[in-house]
Amino acid sequence: MEKVTEVEGRAYPFGMKNVDTDIIIPAHFLKTVTRDGLGEGAFEALRKDGDSVFDNPEFAGAPIVIAGDNFGCGSSREHAAWALLDMGVKAVIAPSFSDIFSGNAFKNGILTVALPQEAVDRLMEVAQTDSITIDLENQSVSTPFQDRWTFEIDPFRKNCLLEGLDEVGLTLQSDAVISAFEDRLRREQPWVASGTKAAA
Amino acid sequence: MTARTLYEKIWDAHVVAQREDGTCLIFIDRHLVHEVTSPQAFEALRMAGRTVRRPELTLAVPDHNVPTTARVDAAGKRIPIADPQSAQQLAALEKNAPEFGIRYFGATAREQGIVHVVGPEQGFSLPGTTIVCGDSHTACHGGVGALAFGIGTSEVEHVLATQTLQLRKSKTMEVRVEGDLGPGVTAKDLIMHIVGAIGTAGGTGHVIEYRGKVFEQMSIEARLTVCNMSIEGGARAGLIAPDETTFAYLKDRPLAPKGAEWDEAVAYWKTLHTDEGATFDKSVVIDASVIEPTVTWGTSPEDTVGISGAVPDPMSFADPNKQRAAQASLDYMGLAPGQKLAEVEVQNIFIGSCTNSRIEDMRAAAEVLRGRKVHPNIKWGIVVPGSGLVKLQAEAEGLDKVFTEAGLEWREPGCSACLGMNPDKVPAGERSASTSNRNFVGRQGPGARTHLVSPAMAAAAAVTGRLTDVRELVREPA
Repeated sequence: MEKVTEVEGRAYPFGMKNVDTDIIIPAHFLKTVTRDGLGEGAFEALRKDGDSVFDNPEFAGAPIVIAGDNFGCGSSREHAAWALLDMGVKAVIAPSFSDIFSGNAFKNGILTVALPQEAVDRLMEVAQTDSITIDLENQSVSTPFQDRWTFEIDPFRKNCLLEGLDEVGLTLQSDAVISAFEDRLRREQPWVASGTKAAA
Repeated sequence: MTARTLYEKIWDAHVVAQREDGTCLIFIDRHLVHEVTSPQAFEALRMAGRTVRRPELTLAVPDHNVPTTARVDAAGKRIPIADPQSAQQLAALEKNAPEFGIRYFGATAREQGIVHVVGPEQGFSLPGTTIVCGDSHTACHGGVGALAFGIGTSEVEHVLATQTLQLRKSKTMEVRVEGDLGPGVTAKDLIMHIVGAIGTAGGTGHVIEYRGKVFEQMSIEARLTVCNMSIEGGARAGLIAPDETTFAYLKDRPLAPKGAEWDEAVAYWKTLHTDEGATFDKSVVIDASVIEPTVTWGTSPEDTVGISGAVPDPMSFADPNKQRAAQASLDYMGLAPGQKLAEVEVQNIFIGSCTNSRIEDMRAAAEVLRGRKVHPNIKWGIVVPGSGLVKLQAEAEGLDKVFTEAGLEWREPGCSACLGMNPDKVPAGERSASTSNRNFVGRQGPGARTHLVSPAMAAAAAVTGRLTDVRELVREPA
């Protein structure tokens, strides 16, 4: 994974609340076996009338989306994160996120920045005309107008993003402790360990 | 030892390692894989030269985009999927499962079905296990007392390669239901009412445990329905403590423990309950006695109302964001404030999905439809059993005949019209009474207007051509 330290640029002043992943990428785009090209289907239902923020040339290619609370609720489809990534989005700022979406975003190097509603309201204004800066190292969001807010992020996730770590590779370094756990499982709960090989 | 909740007991039993920052490496006992969220995970393994660590802990079944029309022709030859992209996804799973040594129930196998129906039905989903799947409705398996949650494709890859996930412990939330459900009020009505009460972000960051006599008296099918929609309340997982009903349901299932192992397992499962004195981070109390057969009016699962109710006025909500969202919902749904739900006409009926496609759901719908005909308003109505085994059971009971004689189509198992990614879709601008779990914009097809209901309520709507209180159709016992 590429290292993530800072996201700086224009932001889509989207603002919608309870954006579900069906809105981000409808199911008929999920029939792919790759991760690429999904940007085309992103926010399809909102874009069909041609007047959404995602079609406004002012914001074309913006790396940040500003949204209402509970962003990414609903389906677990990682295609939602891939679609945003394919649009060039590297961060979403909202008052809150669904658990599954924020996990998926993180795995793809997309920052999910939770800020209070007042800060999000202010950023919606700033985004109309100016760029926004997200500094991961210092966990801060700032504007050219002296606005500055700090945000919380899981330290493990922060470190993975800053270092660009491959999580699977990282976990595989714990092979010995996983094996020890599996040995105990075989002894104590053989019915769990046998899985699909359970005797008929 | 300090008193622990059920969630904490299952969590503690699966911690492989804990990092200083609090992130835990959690062992995953069961992994369900389907065709839509797995191809990129298998491809990533292949690119990195990695294998599946414990193939016997994964079960693969296609469900999302397989059509629900006949899969073999009169000569017993397999009918290919017309849509080339869906066919490609299915082909990828058919190739990946054997290549990585994973047990696979193919599209024409009698065991095939929706992953969340197949897991418990096969006895693959067991109490006290951790279960994941690249699908948010994995929460469903909490109905047998498993800690089960949806994951993204990168996590699917992580589980395949390591049989673990890096996770942080969730907060605990108790949804305690007091009193009894009235006649004609089902598990689906209850969970929709709960989602309406807590909101779609009410359980975010939490694992819900459903507690109270109502759940103890429920069948496993009904418990699976309740836990299934935990994600609609924002919770990644929902749990109901396993009990004698759970054990009786699982006994002798193909992948459930047998003989001495069964006795050992049951002895362990009996310890899986929230201890006296354990505390939850959040607690919600619901009065079951006030719940009516429930329907949705908007485009969020929290937009619920009893069938005797009316469409709310968006301005009645305190939050300005919710006012805007409600207005947008009404515009999309073509409804006006004050309109009675029981006067809303529907053109499509969908009985199925991982929420409501088990044998009891089939029976509940058939009970209402027996000897009745579908209303002329209904242009399209399908009944989609959750698995090949549910289908066979329903047919053995003659339920398929009840549906077809009433004028509904009886289909092959799959996710079907729950999500618009296979041929089963609701046309733009038309309404459906649907037993699925999400009434999102475009969920059942672009422009489709979804009203979520229970199987009995969907059957009632089929008979009257409008959303209807099923209690009005209840017959006197013979």
